[in-house]
Amino acid sequence: MSLAATGATRSTVELALRGRRADLGGRLFSAFLLLMLLLSLVILVILIGSVVSDAWPVLSTRGIGFLTSNLSSFEDRAGVWQGLIGSLILIAFVGVIAVPLGIGAAVYLQEYARDTRAARALIANIRNLAGVPSIVYGILGVVVFVQALGAVTGPEVHGRSLVAGGLTLSVLVMPFIIIITMEALRAVPGGIREAAYGVGATRWEVVRSHVLPYAAPGVFTGAILALARAFGETAPLLLVGAVTGYLSPGGNSGLLETLRGAYTTLPTIIYNWARQPGEEWKPLTSAAIVALLGVILIVNLAAILLRNRYERKW
Amino acid sequence: MATATTIGGRDGLLETLTGSVRRRRKEQAVEIVLAGAAVLSVVISLSIVLALLFRALNFLSQVDLSALWVGVWRPRQGQFDLVSLVYGSFVVTTIAMIVATPLGLGAAAYLSEYARPRARRTLKPIIETLAGIPSVVIGFFALTLINPAIVQGIFGATSTFTMMAAGIGVGILTIPLVASVSEDAMYAVPGALREAAYGIGARRRSVTLRVVFPAAISGIVASLILGISRALGETMVVAIAAGGTGNAERTLNPLEPNQTLTAAIASLAIGSDQVKTRGSGLNAFDALYLVGFILFVSTLLLNVISERFVRRFRRQY
Repeated sequence: MSLAATGATRSTVELALRGRRADLGGRLFSAFLLLMLLLSLVILVILIGSVVSDAWPVLSTRGIGFLTSNLSSFEDRAGVWQGLIGSLILIAFVGVIAVPLGIGAAVYLQEYARDTRAARALIANIRNLAGVPSIVYGILGVVVFVQALGAVTGPEVHGRSLVAGGLTLSVLVMPFIIIITMEALRAVPGGIREAAYGVGATRWEVVRSHVLPYAAPGVFTGAILALARAFGETAPLLLVGAVTGYLSPGGNSGLLETLRGAYTTLPTIIYNWARQPGEEWKPLTSAAIVALLGVILIVNLAAILLRNRYERKW
Repeated sequence: MATATTIGGRDGLLETLTGSVRRRRKEQAVEIVLAGAAVLSVVISLSIVLALLFRALNFLSQVDLSALWVGVWRPRQGQFDLVSLVYGSFVVTTIAMIVATPLGLGAAAYLSEYARPRARRTLKPIIETLAGIPSVVIGFFALTLINPAIVQGIFGATSTFTMMAAGIGVGILTIPLVASVSEDAMYAVPGALREAAYGIGARRRSVTLRVVFPAAISGIVASLILGISRALGETMVVAIAAGGTGNAERTLNPLEPNQTLTAAIASLAIGSDQVKTRGSGLNAFDALYLVGFILFVSTLLLNVISERFVRRFRRQY
């Protein structure tokens, strides 16, 4: 009896609070927002589902052989091996050039530079660089690395070499690395620095042994995301040669010749196959996409989860 | 003698206070190296501007200027109608924003105002993952799924390549950017503002629409401008899904194939670059510098404007 009474009182009170009518508009509004969110997620699911189901014939019959076969004009023999190797070498370039330079620049701007007009202009400049469309970096690559430095980067392929591609991608992701690293450094509280200065550490010692270790999870996440982005980047590589080139399948030439030679990458192979008329290439294109997405999604998700796991609130 | 020891003592004291010479040298060397890395970014942007500017001017000095206003973009025939490409970019960007604005802002509002903390922690990374999908993949998706299922199925297009499919694809790519920047802006609105509104009896919908939205408006506007800039600069989706003939016309019909500024650059790039155009002895390839310059300037302008908006919203809280 008392229970029922409480229930009745409760609903009366709730009704009074709600203004004696159900908040239908509010319900609809929240349902609409949820729908928008779910739609965004459903797109991701449909995309992955359709690509995997299209790729299934290739993946199930050829399995790992698809990854280790060379390019071919016969769709039952074609594989992505050269593209995979080409992409990995480009990533190595980014890792060796853009990551250290980007972290160095971020350390300078966040830890060394005084808050002058010049420093602020430099930071604004980097933010703008991060917003430049990737294909414009391709044009920069053509002008600087292919034409001006062609004699150095790849004399036999008119400059359209792995070196040119690697340098172009490095320039492309550097602003992104700088911005993310600066954010990670900014999140380290000043007290950590002051404590180190207090015991007589120099600025570099403070940065190296105190600030960077605390900022490491953020910095690594940024670097990983940048590498993943470079791995999937296509547009600038169309300009600096990845479409016409083939990485020599023999692999007998030395490292320097390989780096200065023609190349192709996984995303540009996908682009070429996607443009083939006819349905025969569709499963193959899908299989190449599965390989590309597999790497990128796993790496991205790992990086984001890593960041959330190690993110500290000071 | 006695003075010398005093000086020696002073040197010793100085050294204890400032560190050894080696330590100071190392310190300076590190600072110079780091500053060099930072200055490199200026070198990069200067070389972008100079390369584009000189090559574009060079192209303009060679081309017959009337060829820039002939109604069609056929670079191999020496017809470089820039307006056709601007039309193409306009159509794709508009469709992309029609897709990305409700989805991006809706997802952001739900995550910031409605989702429980745990749901937010799971859902936000998934949206961010969407941002990592390479554009070449979305291009293939637009060509093989969006075009037959939506553009041909619902809107009755007949072409395999359509601007609408490309626009929807670009929109999908833009969702995570819009969602993440505007969610940051909404989430940063102080809780006290919300509580004040609840305190006088406002409902969640009114709080979201009349308190949080206006308070975060500069961040939301910035997210949309950034989205437009991103959509304008997107290349691969359009190159794959909107038609690869290399030509463009002045048409706003989204159910037809066409080219954007970016796709025109890509298509010039993959053509053999020594093709001379008919009539003049001009390299068709060189037209891409002019198109690239226009693209660079317009995205730069949009980014600078959005930066202004972001700064305004930062100053408030």
